[in-house]
Amino acid sequence: MLAIKDLHVNVAGKPILKGLNLTINPGEVHAVMGPNGAGKSTLGNVLSGREGYEVIKGSVEFNGQDLLALSPQERALAGVFLAFQYPVEIPGVNNTYFLRAAVNNLLKSRGEAEIDAVDFMTLVQEKLKLLHMDKKFLNRGVNEGFSGGEKKRNEVLQMLLLEPKLGILDETDSGLDIDALQMVAKGVNHLRDSARSFIVITHYQRLLNYIVPDYVHVLAEGKIVKSGAKELALELEEKGYGWLEEQA
Amino acid sequence: MDKSLKQLAEQEYEYGFITNIESETLPPGLNEDVIREISKRKGEPDFMLQWRLEAYGKWLQMKEPEWAHVHYPKIDFQALSYYSAPKKKSAQSLDEVDPEILDTYNKLGIPLEEQKMLEGVAIDAVFDSVSVATTFKDKLAEAGVIFCSMSEALREHPELVQKYLGTVVPQGDNFYAALNSAVFSDGSFVYIPKNTRCPMELSTYFRINQAKTGQFERTLLVADEGSYVSYLEGCTAPMRDENQLHAAVVEIVALKDATVKYSTVQNWYPGDKQGKGGIYNFVTKRGACRGANSKISWTQVETGSAITWKYPSVILQGDNSVGEFYSVALASKMQQADTGTKMIHIGKNTTSTIISKGISAMKGQNAYRGLVRMMPTAENARNYTQCDSLLLGHECGAHTFPYMEVKNKTAQVEHEATTSKVSDDQLFYLMQRGLSEEDAVAMIVNGFCKRVFKELPMEFAVEAQKLMEVSLEGAIG
Repeated sequence: MLAIKDLHVNVAGKPILKGLNLTINPGEVHAVMGPNGAGKSTLGNVLSGREGYEVIKGSVEFNGQDLLALSPQERALAGVFLAFQYPVEIPGVNNTYFLRAAVNNLLKSRGEAEIDAVDFMTLVQEKLKLLHMDKKFLNRGVNEGFSGGEKKRNEVLQMLLLEPKLGILDETDSGLDIDALQMVAKGVNHLRDSARSFIVITHYQRLLNYIVPDYVHVLAEGKIVKSGAKELALELEEKGYGWLEEQA
Repeated sequence: MDKSLKQLAEQEYEYGFITNIESETLPPGLNEDVIREISKRKGEPDFMLQWRLEAYGKWLQMKEPEWAHVHYPKIDFQALSYYSAPKKKSAQSLDEVDPEILDTYNKLGIPLEEQKMLEGVAIDAVFDSVSVATTFKDKLAEAGVIFCSMSEALREHPELVQKYLGTVVPQGDNFYAALNSAVFSDGSFVYIPKNTRCPMELSTYFRINQAKTGQFERTLLVADEGSYVSYLEGCTAPMRDENQLHAAVVEIVALKDATVKYSTVQNWYPGDKQGKGGIYNFVTKRGACRGANSKISWTQVETGSAITWKYPSVILQGDNSVGEFYSVALASKMQQADTGTKMIHIGKNTTSTIISKGISAMKGQNAYRGLVRMMPTAENARNYTQCDSLLLGHECGAHTFPYMEVKNKTAQVEHEATTSKVSDDQLFYLMQRGLSEEDAVAMIVNGFCKRVFKELPMEFAVEAQKLMEVSLEGAIG
């Protein structure tokens, strides 16, 4: 599904990713861990096409397409979803209006019929229930005045509605209490199936108790320095990253 | 994707077509004879002619104002024509209206034929200088509501016109108001009788068609004691290379316990990206809350015109009277907008609210200019002003000129102002959810305007939102 080969990325002229390789097959969940400044968020941003991330070398293939040649909108419509570390407020834009516009845009790009307001409400309420979110969420401005936890849940709500092929969670667990963390995990697990893949970027092993990954990678100094099964996360929790950074 | 963006950018002003009809247009130039001719053609009572001539005398003594934050070459007032009317005019019924004109309004989405009329909205259609049709007249007459063209009002209800005309905006109020008073051609007249709730929305639709012609309409709206009316005006014009002058005057009188809600969706041709063509929209709008507990609320969505110079104001004379001003003004391409309001508090416990949202894009310049005056008699008067500016791109400008004069110690004035930019983070967030850049910008801008759009009658709020999207096309990237 996703093949990242020898990816080198500069941010403001400074090398951040320095030869990253990662292959993800359909249905797999890959956790990417690592110390601060290792390039974890850069990975999410460069895959979703944010400006300011300059690809120096390497390639990213997504379902047979050259992902790096696509605009952010095209990547989104192709099925790449980034759950933001810092979701942005869009004041005055009703959350329901935004969510429905996003869903309809996606349907339209596939040549399918748009969903009407009534059917959409049924759909969105089903997802809200799953995340234990209050209906009041829908009538507020997009992320406007949301608490940190509410913003993150709103990200997962969007993911549930858009049903991406590849979901990238950029430190979605940071700043969450245990209840919110479980809801986020529930949302992701609900979407897990044999065709859909995830990259879960996190600092802490804690989230991986709820979203059990197929693989764990350690990103340090812009490269993946160690990969393993889910047990690697536990080892990292115990030993920290120091011993791996030395290897890098 | 590039292709679709290009298409969007090129599909700019969709109301820019010209209607081919025969018109009777007075030759260019302005003097007393021209004024006499206008008055004669309209068959006006003598008081009206005298009033026009007085105004003309005042105008000759006045200078064009230069204090506004707008720049344009001097207007040659002798090069303009002051009267243009479709040849087949003053239709008694819609069957008599020139089909070309009906077709024009159809193209604009304003059907005038009875069977297609908007449910619950009565429309007065003004084409160039004259009113060509007013719908639902009979139904309104049952309620005692008078809704007709100013020309008709002068013939049918001269006493009402004489009693109120010029009492809110006097002949010599300002340069353009004086010019309008001398040469105004038509406009709408509304009278809501005592204790009457107007049974439907009233709407006037202005269309400038003729080239090199000034449009000077005059609207007078009187809400008698205990009445209520909601009124909406819309405006479009063809795309022409030369600038066209539009200098209108609107006067509102609200007597005791009356409420008037006046909404404007102004979409005159704004000119092209190089600043060629477009309407000069120099308009005086003012309401007087004459009686206690009266209320006047202005809502305006200003997306068109090359230059806008407009300050819908309220004189809060009656005790406990309320004035409101909700405004969205967009200045894109080379547009210049200098707009705002004046709230003059005279009565006790009067309150006013000002919500102004200015959007500047491309090379647009947007200025908010507001005056809040608390007179010595305005015991416990209150004002709240919120003035927000949104910038798109690097070449546009936003300016705020708030004036406050407080002469009563018990009065309270509050002013809040913000300036923000559409951030790359916001755009990226929406595009990551699959929206195009254009849609993302439109969504952010509409969110910014929401507080004002909410004040518009339902069906027009949707229209305003779409209008904003169309007006912003090509404004980014």
